Amino acid sequence: MSLVSRGFGRRRSATTDDRLPPGQYDTGDRFPVLSAGPTPHTPPAQWDLAVRGEVAAPQTWTWEEFRALPRESVSVDIHCVTKWSKFGTRWEGVSVDTLLADAGVQGSHVLAFSDGGYTTNLPLDDVTNGRAWVVDTYDGQPLAPEHGGPARLLVPHLYFWKSAKWVRGLSVTPRNEPGFWETFGYHDRGDPWREQRYSGD
Amino acid sequence: MARAAVQRRLTWLRARLADNLPESPRVRRLVFDVPDWRGHLPGQHVDVRLTAEDGYTAQRSYSIASPPEDPRLHLLVEDLEGGEVSPYLTEEMQAGDDLELRGPIGGYFVWSAAADAATPADQRRPVQLVAGGAGASPFLAMLDHARRAGDPTPVRLLYSARTADDVLGGDLLGPETTVTLTRGAPPGWRGRTGRVDRALLQEQTFPPDARPRVFVCGPTVFVETVATTLVDLGHASSAVRLERFGGTGDPA
Repeated sequence: MSLVSRGFGRRRSATTDDRLPPGQYDTGDRFPVLSAGPTPHTPPAQWDLAVRGEVAAPQTWTWEEFRALPRESVSVDIHCVTKWSKFGTRWEGVSVDTLLADAGVQGSHVLAFSDGGYTTNLPLDDVTNGRAWVVDTYDGQPLAPEHGGPARLLVPHLYFWKSAKWVRGLSVTPRNEPGFWETFGYHDRGDPWREQRYSGD
Repeated sequence: MARAAVQRRLTWLRARLADNLPESPRVRRLVFDVPDWRGHLPGQHVDVRLTAEDGYTAQRSYSIASPPEDPRLHLLVEDLEGGEVSPYLTEEMQAGDDLELRGPIGGYFVWSAAADAATPADQRRPVQLVAGGAGASPFLAMLDHARRAGDPTPVRLLYSARTADDVLGGDLLGPETTVTLTRGAPPGWRGRTGRVDRALLQEQTFPPDARPRVFVCGPTVFVETVATTLVDLGHASSAVRLERFGGTGDPA
């Protein structure tokens, strides 16, 4: 039981929204931007996406090839570890299942890697079976650079730092290897419904 | 880059408010006693949790504004209109009231003299801080710590504030700091005015060939603009570390 703060009460809404995981608030129409470093601006001609590591057949797609892959539209709630959640965000892109289909995956985890050096780790189970995408479209428009464009990972059932901006590929790994924020004490898995914000949560 | 792994469990700690002081017309300085606090590095933050009588809870993150040497934890909280947590902290909370917090959190947006001590003084890369509005908060912890530790690392702070009254931590700011005011200057103001743009960055910050470690903190748009300009000026992306907060106000 947590300690009651004298005189504190909810101010925003009278009802609790069951779409909100513990400790989160609804940011409404806003879409906050967070990143540890400057926004990269990689032109499409220099962009590609790779699947590599513990795979039988490494894969690479140019921008045009990526855009020609089978696409899906998803509408999902997203949850940032900095406490905001945003409901019903609309994205388009390619399922990670599609990206891994011909690779012959042999490992148990992936390390997503991005322009600018960012990485984040995920168990294979969290990015397969229709749970993750590489998206290039937000709300019907090309994904803006500050939100991860040209393309970002989207893993909406985990805290949003797992949805790596400016993603350039997935490295399949034989075991769990902590990524950027995970090395600084953030949780390895990051399930917002279990409030797995930091290591040990 | 050096990565200080912080892998211990972060438990909620009881924090008792010792003082709730005006820092500026829009910002209060909340000073807490946290008996079980295990120390922090300048630049790290805490999560604060408030719990209502009916069990409803709200959490927010705040940068720590005090150096590790200070036995009390200082948070600078801007009263955000329409906010749920900041009005409680700034207007309701009184000395003797308790809340819960946990931390320290984050290990990337950090500069500490202790970490620098392993590098000979003449080989240290200088430190450039760029603040927008309440984004000065972690930099006050860094400057205070550097001063107390006698850190000889060259440091500069370029600080954008709306008005002279909005400048936070005034007594800590010395010759390393350039303040620029974006909403007009009082009579006799001898500092800079106007937003942080390319020309001001070129004039008032370490140049790229000095290879500074750059830290930028402020509202989202401020940070995005400054970071992009710094990279355009020739700073390595990997040398520029960012911290943003989501205040709804326009950039300072």
